[in-house]
Amino acid sequence: MDKTELGFDSINLGHGSGGLMTRDLLDKIIFKTFSNPFLDQKHDGSIVKFDRPIAISTDSFVVSPIFFKGGNIGELAVHGTVNDVAMCGAIPRYLSLAFIIEEGMKMERFITIVESIKKAADISGVQIITGDTKVVERGKGDEIFINTTGFGEVNPKANISTDNIKVGDKIIINGYVAQHGMAIMSQREGLEFESTIESDSTNLNYLVNDLIDEFGDRIHLFRDPTRGGVASVLSEIAQDINLGVAIHEDKIPLEKQVAAACEILGLDPLYVANEGLFITIVDPEVADDVIEMMKNDEKGKNTACIGEITEEHPKKVVMKSVIGGKRIVSPMIGEQLPRIC
Amino acid sequence: MKYLTEYRNLEATKKYLELIDKTITKPWNIMEICGGQTHGLVKNGILDLLPDKVQMIHGPGCPVCVTPLNLIDKAIELLENGVIVCSFGDMIRVPGSKKSLLEAKADGGDLRILYSPIEAVKIAKNNPDKEVVFFAVGFETTAPANALSVLHAQKEGLENYSILVSHVLVPPAMEAILDDEFCNIDAFLGAGHVCAIMGYKEYFPLAEKYKIPIVITGFEPLDLVQGIYLSVKQLEDGNHKVENQYSRAVKEEGNVAAINVINQVFEVGHREWRGIGEIPNSGYVLTKEFKDFDAESKFGISNIKVPENPDCIAGEILRGIKKPRECSQFGKVCNPSNPLGAPMVSSEGACAAYYHFSNTLE
Repeated sequence: MDKTELGFDSINLGHGSGGLMTRDLLDKIIFKTFSNPFLDQKHDGSIVKFDRPIAISTDSFVVSPIFFKGGNIGELAVHGTVNDVAMCGAIPRYLSLAFIIEEGMKMERFITIVESIKKAADISGVQIITGDTKVVERGKGDEIFINTTGFGEVNPKANISTDNIKVGDKIIINGYVAQHGMAIMSQREGLEFESTIESDSTNLNYLVNDLIDEFGDRIHLFRDPTRGGVASVLSEIAQDINLGVAIHEDKIPLEKQVAAACEILGLDPLYVANEGLFITIVDPEVADDVIEMMKNDEKGKNTACIGEITEEHPKKVVMKSVIGGKRIVSPMIGEQLPRIC
Repeated sequence: MKYLTEYRNLEATKKYLELIDKTITKPWNIMEICGGQTHGLVKNGILDLLPDKVQMIHGPGCPVCVTPLNLIDKAIELLENGVIVCSFGDMIRVPGSKKSLLEAKADGGDLRILYSPIEAVKIAKNNPDKEVVFFAVGFETTAPANALSVLHAQKEGLENYSILVSHVLVPPAMEAILDDEFCNIDAFLGAGHVCAIMGYKEYFPLAEKYKIPIVITGFEPLDLVQGIYLSVKQLEDGNHKVENQYSRAVKEEGNVAAINVINQVFEVGHREWRGIGEIPNSGYVLTKEFKDFDAESKFGISNIKVPENPDCIAGEILRGIKKPRECSQFGKVCNPSNPLGAPMVSSEGACAAYYHFSNTLE
């Protein structure tokens, strides 16, 4: 797509006004990129049919910078919602897609984002079937915000619920922690440092669905540790189930560069955001087989069992440190901030 | 990875824990000076692994915790007057008398969270029509970078850059603690990174005067238990020497280049320590030559003592007289979401460390 086709170098308020300029933007970029039988009708909404119960999840994406090592806000907007639907034990099928664009956003950047969304949606096996585009005045947005809502059919073998979690269940994670958050941090103003840390943003729905197909209701829970990191998700789970969560520091997969970056900035990797990770809590009898299946998948090469559910310390997450001491992993209060010393 | 994994080694740490157990014959109170060391002790669960006869007392080495209320209020006032205020991350949640820097940011203040004061100089250069103030908090550790930022600003001819100084020094704090009538400390773990800058020559007269062992110690689990072992060994042998456990980072003469930069820009002056009071000659102030870069002189600052919450026992916590759990408000009214004082907010503060890492582990 050539930006000059639209005759504009950047998005302006007219593109969100609902008139001809909006139509032009939609026709030449949105409908053209995402063309499918639903969108081609160009109606206010789309009608879909599901044969089974559906899972719905929504998320808004406001990351800055919008382009970062390993991805951009567009891919994130697809992966994030696709993964949330998958965490419900459902196969994502459709996405809605809404943009809030700041006046002045370069057309080239917008087109790149749109094309990334298309690519990520295709890889994830989802179609964009409805959406919205608004433009706000300069200074009232951060270049672009995106909302996606995902719809998926619940896998009939899935029985995902914190109610199913029992003492002895194993806690398994599919890869390295803190990749995404540290990739973003390393580009933040005032904190830049040279690194090759890349965001791990990716779609996890195929692996998750394969696990459900294979292990059915022996898989008790999936959760993805996005903002707030692994610690926050595990704290929430511990609170909900009124049982204890015990994890082992030496088992948590952490890549060396990410560990070093966290050390330099004084950040705890357990609280840093992830995008290509999920935690699954499974029946201990199938744990080894689950781990093996995950390790054989490209999205689970660094899978590890990081802990278990216990009747000790209910509602708390306790971590055994590398030297054998114990400490509470408490929920995060506010944002994690880089420390002085 | 050099040094980190080696100093988190389980076997080596166990070995030193056993050595402490074999060596100790009576109870000893050891104060770790630095907030980072407190953090390390609690985060790795070391306090529970030590024999009961070792009592670790947490020192005032959290510069965020000891920054006076009126300086925080001043930084907020600057924000409200359109100044760009730059700060280290862990300062921004500490409550002033009415609100924190973070709340002032939400109210519209231009607060920038930075890792390096050099970035603040860049911001000043890029915003010539605005005043930029860097909140220069820290012990001696952060002083070289803050001094360097002033030198950079001077070189660039910037008139819109200044620093709000809240630098405090370790040796005077140690003396103030030792002179306190309630002091029950038998040995110190010296602050490793402060000494990486300053060296440890200043500690020989202290060890001699107070007959107290001082072991300069690092921050990793093995560093901490080695430092504790060396302290216990000295105490059992009746010694009072200065020893350097953290030799991979600390030399007796310190970092000469860093010291030179500090001495170019700063001189020793009186400092107010939140929760402790004024300690003479316990901090850095800018020299006359660099007074133009002193935010206090530039913008004026009130010396009104802002009253602390009467229920907060931060002073006793910082002087090691009480532990966080001995505070009646700990974990109840006072918690990280609703802190009554600085040691509960700063991630280096003893109260926060206890709350986050060992809340229910007795």
